[in-house]
Amino acid sequence: MKLTIQMMVNGQPVTVETEPNRTLLEVLREDLGLTGSKEGCGTGDCGACTVHLNGRPVTSCLVLAPEADGCEIVTIEGLAQSGQLHPVQQAFIQYGGLQCGICTPGFVMAATALLRDNPNPTEHEVREAIAGNLCRCTGYDKIVRAILAASDVAER
Amino acid sequence: MKKKTTIVGKDFPRVESRAKVTGAAQYVDDIQFGPNLLHARLLRSPIPHGLIKRLDTSKAAALPGVRVVVTGKDYPGLTGLYLSDRPIFAVDRVRFVGEPVVGVAAETEEIAEQALDLIEVEYEPLPGVFDPEYGAGPDAPLIHPDLANYAVAPFVFPQAGSNVSNHFKVRKGNMDEGWAQADLIYEHTYRVPHVQHVPLETHVDVAQMDGNGKITLWASSQSPFAQRNLIAKALGISHGMLRVITPYVGGGFGAKAGVSVEGACVALAMKAKGRPVKLCMSRKEEFYTTFVRQGLIAKIKMGMTNEGRITAMQNTYYWDGGAYTEYGVNITRAAGYSSTGPYNVPNVHADSLCVYTNHPIGGAMRGFGMPEIHWAIEQHIDRMAQQLQLDPVQVRLTNCLRGGDVTVTGMVMHPTGLAECIQKAADAIGWGKPSRPSAPHKRRGKGIAAMWKAPAMPPNPGSSATIRMNEDGTCSVGIGGVDMGQGTLTIAAQLAAEGLGVPIEWVRVNTVDTDYSPYEWQTVASRLTWSMGNAILNAAREAKQQILEAVADAWNEKPDDMDIIEGKVVSYATEREMSLKNIAVYGIQKPDGTWVGGPVVGKGKFMPTYVTPLDKETGQGPRAVVHFTTGAQAVEVEVDTETGEVQVLRIVAAFDVGHAINPDMVRTQMEGGAVQGMSTAMLEQIILKEGKPLNPTFTDYRIATAVDAPPDIETIIVEVPQDDGPFGARGIGEHAMVPTAPAIANAVRAAVGVEIDSMPITSEKVWLAMQSSDRASGSKAVVSPL
Repeated sequence: MKLTIQMMVNGQPVTVETEPNRTLLEVLREDLGLTGSKEGCGTGDCGACTVHLNGRPVTSCLVLAPEADGCEIVTIEGLAQSGQLHPVQQAFIQYGGLQCGICTPGFVMAATALLRDNPNPTEHEVREAIAGNLCRCTGYDKIVRAILAASDVAER
Repeated sequence: MKKKTTIVGKDFPRVESRAKVTGAAQYVDDIQFGPNLLHARLLRSPIPHGLIKRLDTSKAAALPGVRVVVTGKDYPGLTGLYLSDRPIFAVDRVRFVGEPVVGVAAETEEIAEQALDLIEVEYEPLPGVFDPEYGAGPDAPLIHPDLANYAVAPFVFPQAGSNVSNHFKVRKGNMDEGWAQADLIYEHTYRVPHVQHVPLETHVDVAQMDGNGKITLWASSQSPFAQRNLIAKALGISHGMLRVITPYVGGGFGAKAGVSVEGACVALAMKAKGRPVKLCMSRKEEFYTTFVRQGLIAKIKMGMTNEGRITAMQNTYYWDGGAYTEYGVNITRAAGYSSTGPYNVPNVHADSLCVYTNHPIGGAMRGFGMPEIHWAIEQHIDRMAQQLQLDPVQVRLTNCLRGGDVTVTGMVMHPTGLAECIQKAADAIGWGKPSRPSAPHKRRGKGIAAMWKAPAMPPNPGSSATIRMNEDGTCSVGIGGVDMGQGTLTIAAQLAAEGLGVPIEWVRVNTVDTDYSPYEWQTVASRLTWSMGNAILNAAREAKQQILEAVADAWNEKPDDMDIIEGKVVSYATEREMSLKNIAVYGIQKPDGTWVGGPVVGKGKFMPTYVTPLDKETGQGPRAVVHFTTGAQAVEVEVDTETGEVQVLRIVAAFDVGHAINPDMVRTQMEGGAVQGMSTAMLEQIILKEGKPLNPTFTDYRIATAVDAPPDIETIIVEVPQDDGPFGARGIGEHAMVPTAPAIANAVRAAVGVEIDSMPITSEKVWLAMQSSDRASGSKAVVSPL
């Protein structure tokens, strides 16, 4: 039996017919073609699939699609506004906070959620906020620098 | 006079950054194939060793929605990079838990999974080998009775009738004299468990065969060309009929080198009647069915004088190569020709043995044997230094290789900044200076470790590159090297821009498609900046020559009087200038109205030609390898004496990279390597019980998070140029994690006096070692592997 799900995805109303056992991540990637959110584990451990659900960062591989009915979803594709990168995206480029890039969308979504709730985090708070996102390339230091730099930008 | 560079040596952000921060960058899993796509799953062996007595796939094949079922009987060809010992699907015998037995492609992944449940297999279990030292002995059951018949590279020496698939020997100097000269001889055994690379993107493949029989494989791969070669040979396909496309790759660290699951995907596609077939490894599969890092038992015996001079080393390395050692044999070879660590040791007796076990397949992983052997060597040196009351930094400076010294295999060492790296790392960590712990029950300690590593590869791996000019003066650089995060695309762009004389913004570097990209052996061994870099500079030289000759003809000048600077052809003789726009494709009009030039395509190649074979019995020869990158790390730790918890406070990394093409990206390699090294040192181990992996999830196999990573990583770039490197560059990718684990172990020893022989350095091991240390009233404690 398929269910009809209505969501706001990156500011656009979306209606999807889906089996109830599919995840939000599957619907985003397969039905809506929003492949920026990645599956790194499928068990909510790596954070590569992080999106905002009603403003909160969630691992979309653990959210069943019907749970997102009526919700507002923002993915990495919805972050840049009219071609203008979000300050966090800009900082990741400037401070080299990415290598292979597969975890980058998840980190950016976790970081933007953090800075909205806490515009001036300490380094420790930044590290805690991204502890659910795994990166095997960077050693995290440049990611942390990028987020702290973006927080300064947001402040100004 | 050497020209000053304007682009090489500068920090440029990654050229593909914008695509990656916006989610636009496409990885294999992101490519859309539409509703025609079939989904593949593999039935895997549940037992570590056994014979397949009966295999019935008829019920699976009859399940509605199942389109293809293949077994080892369909494709019995063997494959392997250095030793052809590995079937795509098991034939008659399984050798590890997780070995592919049957492949199924179906309309959905769920149907494919259901089909696996309908396959009937009867196994006759055989006794297994789960310890490499036992496996190398005469009593162990044979895992590969056909070892003598496998095709093998000429520098690999399998021992027929045993489980030893490679035996690298070093016999150098006179051991009796070496021991006689020593004031202290110390012998000890160290262990390294299996770990996994954990790229955040698992292996993902899609394969499709068109109506002409041409096959395309989209692979998250470090080795598009090697995969084309090995899969074509194993499946009897002409190389020109197999095309491998590799878009962005989400991390590799060696896991995606060579061939692992790609052959299975192609085999399924060959029977899928033109439909594309997708095979994604789950995270669980990634942990133990593609490649893992080999385990190691290292027995070290070392002689040292009272002054700290190493007089002799006798090292035996038992490598847990796993069920197939097609790639792993070369890791054991690398460990052999690097077996002393980066030291000048006159008398050496070394045996590096690659042993078949019924464990997951050991393959290339960042460091390629070096993190493992340095775990043993670098701890051993510190323990001897302590017994002789010598300073570990001084002992390393006394023995470390310098330009002109003779290495363990008889090669004359090229100029190297190893001593400088050791000294600078020690200085930066505040060696010898006190550092007060944060609480009364905590103790601090500093440790250091040095390293060397050569690109481990055949003697003649080739690189090639093309530079094609576009109408607007921009250029497209073709390479066969893969950017899996290490920065290949950016380094290629910098070298092409510098070589050609155009702004970096004018350069586009393409990802790999073996139908259109020039050949590259593999993206491994930290060899691309050096090898591919040389090919790019040669291509740029040729493109530039084509442009200058055409313009010189039109202007009636000599090409030698001209150059290309910031995208303009300039003449030093007449001070004329002209933009590359238009002329690089359409040519240039001469005063008489005729035309000269035309579309510019520069091509370049590079292949080392000077590496020599080594003697099979002594390991000696004039030139074992192309070069060594050297370096050192120093760390400071704080140990909680109540819990055994170790916190890594600081890591200083110093490496001799020859010349940094992009210093910021060199530093990111050093930082990422330090944290990966720390993660393996402190957290990681694939727990294997009778061949069965017990912890293949992120819950039970933790890798370092941003909270675990040390907040303070200092990176020091040392530059002693490589004579045949582009602008003097050498590789720095793998090296960055080699010394981390022993440096931490040495720091823990310095802090609380305990010796940890086996990775990882868990709180439990440290605490238990401290307890037995207390009981023995202050004497040193040694903890055996758990």
